[in-house]
Amino acid sequence: MATKVMMEALSPTMEEGRLAKWFKAEGDTVSNGDVLAEVETDKAIMELVARGDGVLRKRLIGDDSTAPVGQLIGIIAGADEDISAMLAGAGGDTPAPAAKASAAPTAPAPAAASSATNEGGDDGARIKASPLARRIASEQGVSLADVQGTGPSGRVIRRDIEAASAASASAPVARATPASAPAARAAAAAPRASAKPPAIPLEPAMQIDGDARDVALTQRRKTIARRLGESIGPIPTFYLTSEIDMTSVGELRTQMASAGDAFKVSVNDIVMKAVAVALAKHPECNAHWLGDTIRYHARVHLGMAVATDDGLIVPVIRDADRKGLGEIGREARELAGRARERQLKPEEYTGSTFSVSNLGMFGIDQFTAIINPPEAGILAIGSSETKPAWIGGAFVPRQRMRVTMSCDHRVIDGAVGARFLQTVRHLLESPFLMLY
Amino acid sequence: MAIITYREALNQALREEMLRDDRVFLMGEEVAVYQGAYKVSKGLLQEFGEMRVVDTPITELGFAGVGVGAAMVGLRPIIEFMTWNFALLALDQVVNAAAKMLYMTNGQFPMPMVFRGPNGAALQLGAQHSQAWESWLAHIPGLKVVTPGTPYDAKGLLKAAIRDDNPVCFLEGEMLYNTKGEVPEEEYVIPLGKAEVKREGDHVSLITHGKMVLVALQAADQLAKEGIRCEVVDLRTIRPMDVDAITASVRKTNRAVVVEEGWEVCGVGAQVVDYVQRHCFDYLDAPVLRVHQADAPMPYAKNIEKAAKPDVPKTIAAVKQVLYIDA
Repeated sequence: MATKVMMEALSPTMEEGRLAKWFKAEGDTVSNGDVLAEVETDKAIMELVARGDGVLRKRLIGDDSTAPVGQLIGIIAGADEDISAMLAGAGGDTPAPAAKASAAPTAPAPAAASSATNEGGDDGARIKASPLARRIASEQGVSLADVQGTGPSGRVIRRDIEAASAASASAPVARATPASAPAARAAAAAPRASAKPPAIPLEPAMQIDGDARDVALTQRRKTIARRLGESIGPIPTFYLTSEIDMTSVGELRTQMASAGDAFKVSVNDIVMKAVAVALAKHPECNAHWLGDTIRYHARVHLGMAVATDDGLIVPVIRDADRKGLGEIGREARELAGRARERQLKPEEYTGSTFSVSNLGMFGIDQFTAIINPPEAGILAIGSSETKPAWIGGAFVPRQRMRVTMSCDHRVIDGAVGARFLQTVRHLLESPFLMLY
Repeated sequence: MAIITYREALNQALREEMLRDDRVFLMGEEVAVYQGAYKVSKGLLQEFGEMRVVDTPITELGFAGVGVGAAMVGLRPIIEFMTWNFALLALDQVVNAAAKMLYMTNGQFPMPMVFRGPNGAALQLGAQHSQAWESWLAHIPGLKVVTPGTPYDAKGLLKAAIRDDNPVCFLEGEMLYNTKGEVPEEEYVIPLGKAEVKREGDHVSLITHGKMVLVALQAADQLAKEGIRCEVVDLRTIRPMDVDAITASVRKTNRAVVVEEGWEVCGVGAQVVDYVQRHCFDYLDAPVLRVHQADAPMPYAKNIEKAAKPDVPKTIAAVKQVLYIDA
């Protein structure tokens, strides 16, 4: 049966191709997959391969000529087969609309095209796979290109991925697969699947005792991994950074300390208070994303990220906007202390409506914190440093601190987050406003 | 548990609800003296009298409208259409009056009424009397559409429909009236909008409703002999549709076949497939297939009518196709 040689779409955006050079002459015997010609696309020079067996009976365009995608440019047929109808149908330079329509949406990758085996169609090079197969392949690290599809038109379906996984498992017994009617067929299909294991990085060749140690995950580490993974994955996060002048906060602390030890407060206490007051003024940032709804909280329960030997935990200062600096400071120190001793009760580290993470004491200038879902935001506090600031026509030394807010964009839009951060800045640059 | 017919189950539901609430009344062609064209209202005239079991002339638009008016003044009418094919004449009252009244009166007039009657094809009734209307009705916001496939569901759902404060289109089946099934003696009501898994399985979901529930269950029986485990999900209510039940089943089986009595284009199955592609995209191992009536008026000739209807062999073929098993 005759096979048409078309100008194929060899790149996703290709509309026409320049046939640079034929590799087969009229009368040459060709097999499915043989390279017929070199085609220059809008991106590169690609190989055009035969889609059927027979004799290259006719070349309809010459070397160094251009044809739109979908145009008939040659015919492969039996040596004595009548191809006059096909030639008549070829017409002039304009391809039949149908041919163009069928060829245009396809974008075969050249490498796959040359390895396509039994695909007669012009889109044989695209890997067809069911959505489920794609998902399982991605989860198991199986490359779809390494799997022989057994569904219609070579579609890769679940049983093919399971067979490929089973074949690549080193255990002598194939990995247990979920029971299914076609399970037996999956086993039968296994040998057809590529035996090549998926590309997974191997362990380093040189491994000496003591180079590394394996530590079983503690429950808390597992929870951290799960929660933060959930966060960075599905949460569309954006970041807002602001540099805040902390000179007034410094002066405030000095004045308070001079009033007696009982009035000593840390920068962190003041930042916590400012954030809490700002949240009370901006309830649109004091929110939980609940999937179907957004819950705006009337009360401000401020989470405070605490580093412990076993990792991160976020104790909560409830109604932080209504507490004084002394109360916030005492509670923060008390909670942090018990967090490090792993003595927190569940109600002490759940229910926060917004969180603050401070790495300033480690000399971190600025950083981005990961949102603690379902909260809609977290504020990352950097170190407070003396920097020159342009004030009143001269550079003067000022205490400056960078804070970065991570916002869940599903809840907080850019301007909303910015207005909140502006309030935080305002409160810290004029801390007496917190008294108001 | 008593084994009774679908017809008797409906009759029990009507009787119990008329006893329970004296605002409930039945009206339609031949419902009283003749005891119902399909004997669904047998004995009701004798028990409740002619004020509550009302024979009408052959005037579908007229008595549907009387029903709407009765609902507006606080009664709970049940309007029987001898078949839903005849209800076409009354659709202006169903669609433009009953479905819109609550909305257009800003909530002043609820429409606690039921339109009921047999739906779909029976045997050799010809093109005009062999049509399934659920996709037409389910298209309309303001209506609920219920399609029981078993005596148990027929009774429990009709009681729920009568108690519902919205207009409910209740679609029965001439070929279902004589089917039998277990129905408890004690009272029960099945909430509208809840599907039921009629048979559990993990290879493929057969999503269906109404008369096709029996077809799907028979197909599942035959496929079980080949080791294929079908899950039969009976939607029971077409609007509101139980999307959660559809999603849960298809996520479990990764494959679905929708079996319905009506035509393909814009049919109930099209809506099911839409929910499946939206909620189960990453769970699908095969395109969802549909089994439905041939896209043509129902033929009268017995052999061609049989060929046009969705049936067990067509369902089995579709199941095998989504399982990639060569027939």
